[in-house]
Amino acid sequence: MKRYLLPLIVFAVLLGFLAVGLKLDPREVPSPLIDKPAPAFQLARLDAPDQQVSLQDLKGKVWLLNVWASWCVACRIEHPLLVELAGTGAVPIYGLNYKDKRDDALAWLGKHGDPYVVSLADTQGLVGIDFGVYGVPETFVIDKTGTIRLKHIGPITPDVLRDTILPLVKKLNA
Amino acid sequence: MLALLCGLAAAQEARPRAEDPVLEAQVMRIAEELRCLVCQNETIAGSHADLAVDLRQQIRLQLQQGQSEAQILDFMVQRYGDFVLYRPPVKSSTWLLWGGPFLLLAAALAGLVVNIRRRRLAPAPLQAAESERVRQLLGEEKR
Repeated sequence: MKRYLLPLIVFAVLLGFLAVGLKLDPREVPSPLIDKPAPAFQLARLDAPDQQVSLQDLKGKVWLLNVWASWCVACRIEHPLLVELAGTGAVPIYGLNYKDKRDDALAWLGKHGDPYVVSLADTQGLVGIDFGVYGVPETFVIDKTGTIRLKHIGPITPDVLRDTILPLVKKLNA
Repeated sequence: MLALLCGLAAAQEARPRAEDPVLEAQVMRIAEELRCLVCQNETIAGSHADLAVDLRQQIRLQLQQGQSEAQILDFMVQRYGDFVLYRPPVKSSTWLLWGGPFLLLAAALAGLVVNIRRRRLAPAPLQAAESERVRQLLGEEKR
């Protein structure tokens, strides 16, 4: 009996590692930007290209930065949820329109609804690089001092919104 | 027609992005050190993902601005984390990654030593009953 004990333990440990590994998503890379100041930016509004918005303009409130694009298929999955969230007024959502064409982006918002207070046009994707964006859609929670508190990669699910994002917003607003 | 189009596309791809071949070689050397986050098993040098193209352009730009290789790698790590580096730094969160194989090697060697020592021990002398059975099996007559 004893001679089977060691292989059994090794097998159990291996099984444990594999089970944990199954649940990890290798595409979700932890962002080094958490709890760091959001990178400064100054971008034109999507709807009014002659007006600029900078990070400074958004200080003093808790807000979401949602990175989206009209070419991004996964953005459609989360979009109804964003529209619904905007309707509740729980937190202002700002859009970062990532590497998109203005006409396409505006048409997309017209078709699917516009949950954004303002969308900023990051045509070259340079602000996206500063935010470490690599998989649209991505959503950042940014606090009153302009510090990034959370990054969510991929479409927001109702669970993530209810259990993670909204409680965090509430805490930051308190 | 289709073949012609493909040929054109290939020609487009092959064209070096910077005029200066020395600079381009430097860009590629740095890009070889960086992981593309969109297709994670490719380097930024080898990937055709949009982000990889943008990041190569970023490297090119920063080299032109006189940034050093270390500064550029630092720029990438600040944005995408240690994960972008194909050679992650040795620090508290990565010691298992670097040390793990050596730990396994040490454990295997220890196991081997224990095993060899155990085998070297002389087998226990046969009991009277066992000797009897051996004799029977070998077909020897009891003397």
